[in-house]
Amino acid sequence: MTRVIMFGALQQVAGWRERDFTVDNLGQLRAQLALEDADLAARLASPGVFAVVNQDMVRGDHPLEPDDEVAFVPPVSGG
Amino acid sequence: MVRLEADAIDPGVLLSGFCAGRQETGGVVSFTGLTRGRTDGSIVTRLSLDAYPGYTEKVMAGLENEARIRFDVQDILVVHRWGTLAVGDPIVFVAVAAEHRRVAFDAADFLMDQLKTRAPFWKKETSPDGERWIEARPQDHEDAARWTPGDTT
Repeated sequence: MTRVIMFGALQQVAGWRERDFTVDNLGQLRAQLALEDADLAARLASPGVFAVVNQDMVRGDHPLEPDDEVAFVPPVSGG
Repeated sequence: MVRLEADAIDPGVLLSGFCAGRQETGGVVSFTGLTRGRTDGSIVTRLSLDAYPGYTEKVMAGLENEARIRFDVQDILVVHRWGTLAVGDPIVFVAVAAEHRRVAFDAADFLMDQLKTRAPFWKKETSPDGERWIEARPQDHEDAARWTPGDTT
């Protein structure tokens, strides 16, 4: 199972912070999330939201292994 | 060095420790960010700061490295809180040591602009009206863009 984590406002949109999914790549994960929650999928695809796999930012589609950790990170507000 | 802290930080203690034992340093510039009790006229009663331990430090270390490449500094310390903060609590501490002051001022300014717009932290303000997640302000992005237009997204 691939662990998926939502950060910042995304956890409020999703209604959860961490869940496990069985998927082969990031595209499948986005498609599965879209089936459950179209609003969340739209938010994840919006500008400024990035996917981070095993603590590295990735772009586009990306293969996922069962032990991978995927984080969706919205625009930041540090300092 | 960068640190992510779950517990309260004391800027005075951090600054004293950072200044101690320096023989080659001509100046140390420090900045302390505090939790504001009011944002855009609205009262803030509490601030929650979400972070991604591991990834957050990794990005912060990258920002420190950029500052070290860009400025001729001797040492850098960045300590950033996460978790729940009360109004008035220190949220971020940045200190830069250099042979001469101008470089230290500039590097601290640069680091704060980058932290505001690029470090993986997410703020949630609690007010009498409820809770709201907030993002970096347009002014923060303009500040960050002063250093190298176009490369701060």
